[in-house]
Amino acid sequence: MAGIVSYGAYIPPTRLGFSVIGGGSPKEGGPERAVAWNDEDAVTMGVSAAVNSLRGFDRTSVDGVLFASTTYPFKEKQGAALIAKALDLRRDVRTADISGSLRAGTDALRAAFDSVAAGSAKRVLVVASDARLGAPGSGLERNFGDGAAAFLVGAADTIADEQGSFAFAEEVVDVWRTEGDAFVHTWEERFVVQQGYTPGIVEAVSGLLAKLELEASSFHHVALYGPDARSHAGAARALKVDGDALVAPLFGRLGNAGVAFAPLLLVAALEAAKPGERILLANYGDGGEATAFSVGAHIEKLEPRRGLAFNLGRRRSVASYGKYLKARNLDATEYDAGTNQGLSATIHFREREDEIAFKAQKCAACGSLQFPAQRVCESCYAKDDFELVRLSDKIGAVVTFTFDFFFPTPDPPTIVTITDVEGARVHLQLVNISAEEVRPGMPVEFEFRRIHQVGGRPNYYWKGVPRAE
Amino acid sequence: MRKDAIRDKVAVTGVGCCQFGENWDQSPSDMIVDAAYEAYADAGIDEPQKQIDAVFTGSIYSNKGPHECSDALKLFGKPVTMVSNYCATGTDAFRCGVMSIAAGLYDTVLIVGYDKPKDRGVSGPTVMMDRVRDLPQTPAGWFALCAATYFQKYGAGREDLGRIAIKNMHNGTLAPNSFLKREITMDDYMKGKMISWPFGLFDSAAQTDGASAAVITRADLAGSDAILVKGVTVIAGPNPQKDPGNDFLSWKPTGWAAEDVYAQAGIDDAANQIDVAQVHDCFSLTELLTYEDLGFIEKGSAKEHIADGKFELTGDLPVNTDGGLKAFGHPTGATGVRMIYENVQQLRGNAGPRQIKVPGIALSHNIGGHPTACGIAILGKS
Repeated sequence: MAGIVSYGAYIPPTRLGFSVIGGGSPKEGGPERAVAWNDEDAVTMGVSAAVNSLRGFDRTSVDGVLFASTTYPFKEKQGAALIAKALDLRRDVRTADISGSLRAGTDALRAAFDSVAAGSAKRVLVVASDARLGAPGSGLERNFGDGAAAFLVGAADTIADEQGSFAFAEEVVDVWRTEGDAFVHTWEERFVVQQGYTPGIVEAVSGLLAKLELEASSFHHVALYGPDARSHAGAARALKVDGDALVAPLFGRLGNAGVAFAPLLLVAALEAAKPGERILLANYGDGGEATAFSVGAHIEKLEPRRGLAFNLGRRRSVASYGKYLKARNLDATEYDAGTNQGLSATIHFREREDEIAFKAQKCAACGSLQFPAQRVCESCYAKDDFELVRLSDKIGAVVTFTFDFFFPTPDPPTIVTITDVEGARVHLQLVNISAEEVRPGMPVEFEFRRIHQVGGRPNYYWKGVPRAE
Repeated sequence: MRKDAIRDKVAVTGVGCCQFGENWDQSPSDMIVDAAYEAYADAGIDEPQKQIDAVFTGSIYSNKGPHECSDALKLFGKPVTMVSNYCATGTDAFRCGVMSIAAGLYDTVLIVGYDKPKDRGVSGPTVMMDRVRDLPQTPAGWFALCAATYFQKYGAGREDLGRIAIKNMHNGTLAPNSFLKREITMDDYMKGKMISWPFGLFDSAAQTDGASAAVITRADLAGSDAILVKGVTVIAGPNPQKDPGNDFLSWKPTGWAAEDVYAQAGIDDAANQIDVAQVHDCFSLTELLTYEDLGFIEKGSAKEHIADGKFELTGDLPVNTDGGLKAFGHPTGATGVRMIYENVQQLRGNAGPRQIKVPGIALSHNIGGHPTACGIAILGKS
C-alpha cells in the first residue's frame, strides 16, 4: 500500500489583478491570478513547494524525485536532478522529469505510488510546477496562474492512502505548444470543452467509480482539474458532485496552474481532510485519470504544512500591466538588451567612413596612406592632418594570409589577409577564391559584403576578391 | 630608462605554481591560494599579512580587479594593484613589483599571475564578433600572419614547427604541474585539427586555468645565494595588421624588448650568455621567430638549429624546459610568472628530470596582443 506522507505548495505572492490586465490599477478584492515574477520559474517554485513538503522530514530518506512540468526552462538537461541538488538530497537519489501533458503532475504521482507499492523505493518526492504563458491580451493570459505542489509519497506514516486509480489516453489536439512557441495555443473553446475536457474528466471519474464500486457521493473532497470556472462547474454537475465536497477551483485567485493545478487542489483537499474521509482526484490532458484516497489517522499528527491556505494568504499586487510584461519578458522588444549590445551602433556610426565608405587617410605631412583613420600618423607621428581617400575602387596586393577554421561560415576556412592598398594595410577577408590559390603579392579588388548578423541586423563591410582580368 | 636601475637590486626568494589545467573544481581564489602559499613557504614567509608590503597581480579574464587576489589571500591594509597587458600580463606584474622594490618603496612584494578561462564554456579563445572589420579575430589568426611570408622567404614549413611542438610536449611530460603529459610524433602533429593555417592543434598553446606566484625582496635582505633580477622590461609595439610596411618576418616588440633588457642585464652576446629560456610559444611559429628575434641565432636560420636540437633539453640553449604554453598550459595572466617559477627551479638546480646543466643566466619572454606587447625578464645569480 502506498500513500501520501506529506505535502507542500508554493504560489508566487505576486498577483495580477484582472483590472490591471485591462490597463487599470489594482482593485482590492477583485479577481486576480498568481504570477511567477522575473526571478521565478517552474524550478524555483517547485523547489519551494518541495521544501515545504519536506519540513520536519529527514531529507536523506528520499529515494527518488519526479518533476512534472510543461514549462521547465531546458529542453535538454534534467529538472529533477537540479531540484534534488537544490534540496541537498542523497547523491544516489533516482530522478526523472515527466512532461508533455497537463496530466504530468498526476502521472508523476501515479509513478511514485507504483514504485513505492512495488518496493523499489521507500520514499519518492513528487514535484509538479508550471508557469505557462498565455499571449498578452488573450483569455488564457487571464485564466492561467502559476504555482507548484509537492508530495512525499511512501508506505509508512501515510496521511492518505491511494485506494485505486483509473486512466485512459486519447488523441486530441485541444491545447498545445510546439517547439519555439512561447504561448499556449487552444483549438475552438467549444470543441475543447465539449469533445475534450468534459467527456474526458467524466470518463476518468466514472471508470474509477465503477472499478471501486463507489458513487461520487462517497467522496468527501473532490479535486477536479478544470480549464476554466465554467467548464469546471459543468463537469462537477455532470458527475453529480455535491457542492460541499467540491474543492474550490480558485479561478480568480490562483488561476489554472497547468501541471500543478490538480495537485494544488489535492493539497487543498488534504488541508481540509479528516481521518476516515475519502478524496477523489481527477485530472485531464491527452486522456484522463482519476485516483481515490482514504484519509488516515496520521493526518492529525502531521505538523501544519505550508500549503494552499498559507500561500494564498501571502500576496502583493502588480502595480501595472507593463511591469507584468517586463517581468515575463513580454514587453515589445525584438532582442534583449544583451543581444543588441553585441555590436555597438554608436561605434558603427563613428566608423562609417572606414567600414561603409572604405576610406583610408592620407597624411599631409609624410604622404603615407593608412587604414583606419586615426589621430596620430603611424609613419611620421604628425597629428590631425589627414585627408580621406577612398580605397574601394583601388587595387590592393595580398601581403600575408591565414586560413581560419573557426570563424562561423557555411564554407570554412575563411581566408584572411593583410592586404596592402597603396601603403595602407587592411585586415581583410578574401573571397571568390580557394585557399590553395592564395599567394602573397596577388592583386585584389574590393566588393561590399555582408559580414555577419550580430545584434540581429545585417552588418556590412568590404572583402577582397581576385582582380578580374 | 636608466639601465642600472634594476640589475641585482631585487631577489626572487620564493616561487609557487598551482597545477595548470582544466580546473573545473577550483575557483580563481583556490588557485591563487595554492600558488601564493607555495611561494610563501619557499620564501620562508609564515606571516604574510605582516611580511608582504604590497601585491601586484595580473589577469586578463577576471573582471573583479585586484580584490579577487587580496580577498583570496586576505591581504588587506596594503596596496594591491592589478595589471593587464595581454599575454605579457604576468611579466608586467612581475616588472611592477620589481620596480617598486628597486625604487625603495617596499621590502617584500608578492606577485600573483592567474587566469580562469575555462569558466567561460569555450574551448580556446572566444571568436570575437563585436565588430565588422578585423574578422576573424582569434590569436591563431593573428600569429599565423608571419607564416606565409616567413616560409616563402626562408624555406621553412610545418615540419619545422612540428619539431618545436614535439619538443615542448616532451618537456611537458617532465614537469609535475603541467597540463598535457603526452609525447607526440610528427605523424600526430600533422594529423592535428587545423585551426588557422599553418597552425593546427599541436601548434597552439593549451588554454588552461592556473595561477603562479613569486615573492621578491630587497637583494640586501636576501642570502648570498639568492636569485637576482638582472633586468625586466615590457615594450609596446604597433598593431601589425595596420602597421605600414610591416614585413611579417618577425614581431617588432620582441626585438625592441630584447635590446632594452640586454642593456639592463649587461648582455651583449645573447647566444652565448643566456643559458636557458622560457619563451612565448603561444603558437609554434612564435617560438621559432623568438629564437631569432632574441638574437639566439641568425635571422632565417631557425630551421637548421631546430633540426640540430639546439633548443632541446640536451641542446646548448634549452628553450621551454617545462613544456611551455603548449604543454604546461596557458592561463594568460599566470604564464609570465610561471616562467619565472621554472627559471628559478633551473637556476637552483631543482628541476628534477628536466634539469639542464645548472644555468647562470635564465630568460623568460612573453608576447601578446596582435601582437602588440612584449615582456622579458632575466634572472641570474649574484
